[in-house]
Amino acid sequence: MRYVIIGNSAAGVGAVEGIRKVTQSGEITVISNEPHHTYSRPLISYLLQGKADESKMKYRSDSFCEDNNCTLLFNTVTKIDVGTKQFTLQSGENLPYDKLLVATGSSPFVPPIKGLDSVEDRFTFMSLDDAKLLDSKLAPTKKVLIIGAGLIGLKCAEGILARVGGITVIDLAPRILSSILDDGGAEMVQKHLESKGIEFKLSSSVEQFEVNTAVLNGGEKIDFDILVLAVGVRPNVTLLKDIAEIDKGIIVNAKSETSCPDIYAAGDCTQSIDVSDGQSKVMALLPNSYMQGEAAGINMAGGEELKTVAAIPMNAIGFFGMKVITAGNYIGEVYSQESENAYKRLFFSDNRLNGYIIIGEVEKAGIYTALIRDGTPLDSIDFRLICENPGLMAFTKDVRKLKLGGFEHDFIS
Amino acid sequence: MKRVYVNEEWCLGCHLCEYYCAFAGSGEKDMARALREIKISPRIRVEEHNGISFAVNCRHCREPLCVKSCITGALTITDNAVISIDGERCVECCTCILSCPFGAISRTPNGGGAIQKCELCVKTESGIPACVQGCPNGAIVFEDAVGRTVV
Repeated sequence: MRYVIIGNSAAGVGAVEGIRKVTQSGEITVISNEPHHTYSRPLISYLLQGKADESKMKYRSDSFCEDNNCTLLFNTVTKIDVGTKQFTLQSGENLPYDKLLVATGSSPFVPPIKGLDSVEDRFTFMSLDDAKLLDSKLAPTKKVLIIGAGLIGLKCAEGILARVGGITVIDLAPRILSSILDDGGAEMVQKHLESKGIEFKLSSSVEQFEVNTAVLNGGEKIDFDILVLAVGVRPNVTLLKDIAEIDKGIIVNAKSETSCPDIYAAGDCTQSIDVSDGQSKVMALLPNSYMQGEAAGINMAGGEELKTVAAIPMNAIGFFGMKVITAGNYIGEVYSQESENAYKRLFFSDNRLNGYIIIGEVEKAGIYTALIRDGTPLDSIDFRLICENPGLMAFTKDVRKLKLGGFEHDFIS
Repeated sequence: MKRVYVNEEWCLGCHLCEYYCAFAGSGEKDMARALREIKISPRIRVEEHNGISFAVNCRHCREPLCVKSCITGALTITDNAVISIDGERCVECCTCILSCPFGAISRTPNGGGAIQKCELCVKTESGIPACVQGCPNGAIVFEDAVGRTVV
């Protein structure tokens, strides 16, 4: 059996580990268009901050390929031929596959802004090479303009703040982290970031660039030395164009199967069902990528326990010590809890927890995540208690026995 | 495979498990000296409400969401099926705290910049987890997983 995995990040690694959970036989080939050992993409901001080096960024040990008996090729796949079950490398070679995983990730979206080409030092912030390029230009005198107050833009800001002469972040949305926070949560995080020296221009966009000056929609001009574009990412889907069903991302089911037999997809390039609201969406998050990849691997290898993934949007992120954890969707009634250093919102309807936002005191947040992922009926637990304080106490005695390891007959009877 | 199991009916709510855990992680020889004038940060935590109490620590799940979700690879399943944290590789992103359905992972105290969790005392000298040894009423046991529910 020839397993081919296109992509060497979380989903690709998950697939290798998934296959090897099932079988030690079969050839695994991983193809990476980045000439690096598998690394943790979210750590690129920690690299610039000096909290990680390239060695610490390794997502798996140096012996990963050897341990899992797989071959890593630094190359780019340009074409897949479903009829002959072959794929083509940039080097021109055609190679066969039996089971193929597309784990090609996503690419930064570069908006078509007038005059963008006139900006000399402009960067995206997605890969190790992006980070190294940016790193080479940082200096204490330089002013940085970041377009996009999302996860990528703000982690970049945190990573470089101490090394530059000032940062302004611009976003079209009226609040920061608009995809994961509500107004109150965004305000709290924004104040924290402002207290560290980051400036924001919200509800704003750049009309045009004039070399090192950005002209905003309101006419204001901002001078800068370095531009970082972090307005969003787009799934890399072109390899499966006309081969499998594609919407915004490659459509996959809970087994990571595409609509094309023997071709699987996982990670940021895919679109799948969010079990917290039943909608099909791109959930480009590392945990989902790994678990989709692992499920793909197990299924590619014909594992007996057919693995499925219950994906939901979820994020854990921190800025200068302030922790933010969010999951699910923000629909339904709201439970609120707030203090000077902590912020909590739980969203629920129809006897289910739909989502939550927690800032500051994040411990035990996973208990809420599990309620969303499992679709736990809220009338089966002490919901008021768990709202105040996440814990196993809110479950019934029988469920606690199961969770803490009671004997099976204790639970079933 | 031996695991720590908790029977809430026997738990006195005395919190000794928390102190023994903190002591085991301290590297000190004398418990009173190790814990003097510090706010302990144990890897096992007692939940209490309305006269009910029980201790919660890592379940060492067979399909651990924390390990699968770890963004750096700092959380791994070791050869003896213990879920282990490499504090050097952890950046305290808290994705494991977001993922753990038991609330069994916490941040290291005093801005340590990593997370901590029960590792069944495999990194300490004792062969039996300290919480189990220290429980005065047999509410925390270290037993084989066979015949028990699997998480």
